[in-house]
Amino acid sequence: MEQALTVHRLHFAFTITFHYIFPQLTMGLALLLVYLKTKFLRTGDEHYNRSARFWARIFAINFAIGVVTGIPMEFQFGTNWAAFSRAAGGVIGQTLAMEGVFSFFLESSFLGLFLFGEKKLGRIGHWLSAFLVFVGSWLSGYLIVATDAWMQHPTGYVLGPHGEIELSSFWSLVVNKWALWQYAHTMLGAVQTGCFVMAGVGAFYLLTHRDEIYGRTFVKAGVLVGAVAALLQLTPTGDMQGRLITEHQPITLAAMEGLFQTQSGAPLAILGQPDVAQRKLDNPLEVPSMLSFLTYRKWSADVRGLDAFPENQWPDTIPLLYYSYHVMVGLGTIFIAVMVLSAFLLWRERLYGARWMLWILMLAVPLPYIANTAGWMTAELGRQPWLIYGLMRTAQGISPKVGAGNAWFTLIGFMGMYTLLAILWLFLVYREIELGPEPGASLDTETAVIIAAD
Amino acid sequence: MGITWFWLVAIMLTVYVLLDGFDLGAGAIHLLVAKTDEERRQVLASIGPVWDGNEVWLIAAGGTLYFAFPALYASGFSGFYLPLMIVLWLLILRGSSIEFRNHIKSKVWDPLWDFVFFASSLLLAVFFGAALANVVRGVPLDASGYFFEPLWTNFQLGDEVGILDWYTILVGVFALAVLVMHGALWVRMKTSGPVSERAAALARRVWFAVLALTVVVTAVTFKVQPQLRENLTTLPLGLILPLLAVVGLAGVQFALIKRDERKAFFASCLYITGMLTSVVFGVSPMVLPARNPIYSLTVNGAKASDYGLKVGLIWWVVGMLLAAGYFIFVYRSFAGKVSVEKDGHGHGY
Repeated sequence: MEQALTVHRLHFAFTITFHYIFPQLTMGLALLLVYLKTKFLRTGDEHYNRSARFWARIFAINFAIGVVTGIPMEFQFGTNWAAFSRAAGGVIGQTLAMEGVFSFFLESSFLGLFLFGEKKLGRIGHWLSAFLVFVGSWLSGYLIVATDAWMQHPTGYVLGPHGEIELSSFWSLVVNKWALWQYAHTMLGAVQTGCFVMAGVGAFYLLTHRDEIYGRTFVKAGVLVGAVAALLQLTPTGDMQGRLITEHQPITLAAMEGLFQTQSGAPLAILGQPDVAQRKLDNPLEVPSMLSFLTYRKWSADVRGLDAFPENQWPDTIPLLYYSYHVMVGLGTIFIAVMVLSAFLLWRERLYGARWMLWILMLAVPLPYIANTAGWMTAELGRQPWLIYGLMRTAQGISPKVGAGNAWFTLIGFMGMYTLLAILWLFLVYREIELGPEPGASLDTETAVIIAAD
Repeated sequence: MGITWFWLVAIMLTVYVLLDGFDLGAGAIHLLVAKTDEERRQVLASIGPVWDGNEVWLIAAGGTLYFAFPALYASGFSGFYLPLMIVLWLLILRGSSIEFRNHIKSKVWDPLWDFVFFASSLLLAVFFGAALANVVRGVPLDASGYFFEPLWTNFQLGDEVGILDWYTILVGVFALAVLVMHGALWVRMKTSGPVSERAAALARRVWFAVLALTVVVTAVTFKVQPQLRENLTTLPLGLILPLLAVVGLAGVQFALIKRDERKAFFASCLYITGMLTSVVFGVSPMVLPARNPIYSLTVNGAKASDYGLKVGLIWWVVGMLLAAGYFIFVYRSFAGKVSVEKDGHGHGY
């Protein structure tokens, strides 16, 4: 039983981590596509439209993989987490079903029109289809975050006679305050992925002296939107999430920060390795009293450490939780530095010639993916040992009749399948970048395609 | 409230089969009706803008099933663990093949994805048929409210059943024949030239197999699931729904003879709707029959709280009206026969 629990957790963790590589880019790009289409509509400058078409091709590849890796997520609630689904399906099924009914229909319908129907729709119609794809994907993001937020901070429910969790207030489920802040924080993360990818590709073009007019547009759009998103990521959204955790999940806070002992004027650990057996942080690099200030806005405030709580309520993977959180915050800080500095250079009209900065922008592309993954790991590992915080333990949620052997079988199958998808994804996206925003400008398209294929 | 949702989920799944059914069928006949690269792009172009939206019906129906009947979702999905995972892998391969094929033109790239598209579509049709047959036949639910089916045991209808036995394989083959006909009629309607002609010829031939299998499977099913026969002798729905299927099937052949492509496709839709709703009506009020009837899951045993179902009805109606609007708009935008020259090549867009 113990072993089956581990495999089911790995199964979900692996499939969701891989899946989220794709929506974080498509949600971010959806916003930037609306920006490019709007620029085209207002200026009539065809290069904005070609830019939009170029990013639409990259969007489509990512969207397709996002769709095919997304369907398994919905299924897994039933296949691997049947006891959880039986108990809570009446509540979280609402938001999941709404995602299908309100956003997927919208998104898939208008993406087809956006990709295939530019000639038929005309300029305004095509702008509208881009906008509706954006609305659909951001709505989808909200409904998924609301589902997770309910598991973090359940509201609007009553317990039925047989322990089933029944919905009692639709609105508290849909406008859970946890969901609102978590959504803002999550979407800013997605926007940063979109911005870093767009700016990174632009920097690549500028560094290699090709398609430079597009390179400048991509870098500019990525840096301007990215700088705003990076700042908002820290405050208010990151800060408010932290305060919600302080208030509602104090044990999680202590574990994230590596705070083993309750103390007043608690320090903020920047670096250090948690030693759970010895109940201490090795090689700590700390800012004195900072944690007290950040959580309670008072330098001398008492912050409860892990020692204030019974051990069976502690998250079960404290070191991983601690590192996830620190990686997220560390990278978030780097993003602010990179984006604000780039924006400053842009304002001084020196960015396009500053090769060192363009190098940094190009090499930074993988970092927001890591930060977003680490952020989700912080949220989900921090919720442990609960599946629904305070209501249902993770160990109680698995499918009672699906054993470790069958779960391993499908986990290995997914690993193989996703390895292939990852290779295809990198290959096809790199190929689009290599072909560039004006494929076939000098060569006949078919020839260019064949050359690239060789 | 429970019965309302039972039928709403059934309707969503029926719409899923009608829509994704034609693109699955198109995949299953892809290598047969289209020989050259240009012909294959015709088949792909006929489903390219819509297959993703069609598949959303499965996701939306799944989500609706989840919140309206959480106990059914939990039992059914964990019990059908292995076949569902295989279905997921096939859906991944199929989606990849449609989306990635036209990115590169090469003598190894296109045929590879054409084959993956064909094989995954064909297997999905068989698996969906077998899945439906598992539900009709009944699953080994016990007092815990859960079950787990291996992929196969001894292929017999005993107490220790597997996903695949002679009955479920028979229905799987039947489903494949039906979707081949349905897909061929779609390709007939949406393409032109040799592809369209081959699809029409294929549809005419498969029609006889569908007719024969309809009779055989119906007779066998009445033996395997006595509740079905009992319900279908209840008037008037028990008469009307099967009658729709008969009229639809006859209509397909009639329209093919008259060379009316649209009527043939819509007659096929009518046939599938009649067959599926007959099955749904036949097993109700069970949502998941058990091999041992005392453990069968019923509408009342599986449904969520009345409050949730009532709230759900409000947003569901609004959402489905919107979705119907998008679908009509999209299908009208891509109405008429496809032409691959106009859609271009190289990137698929």
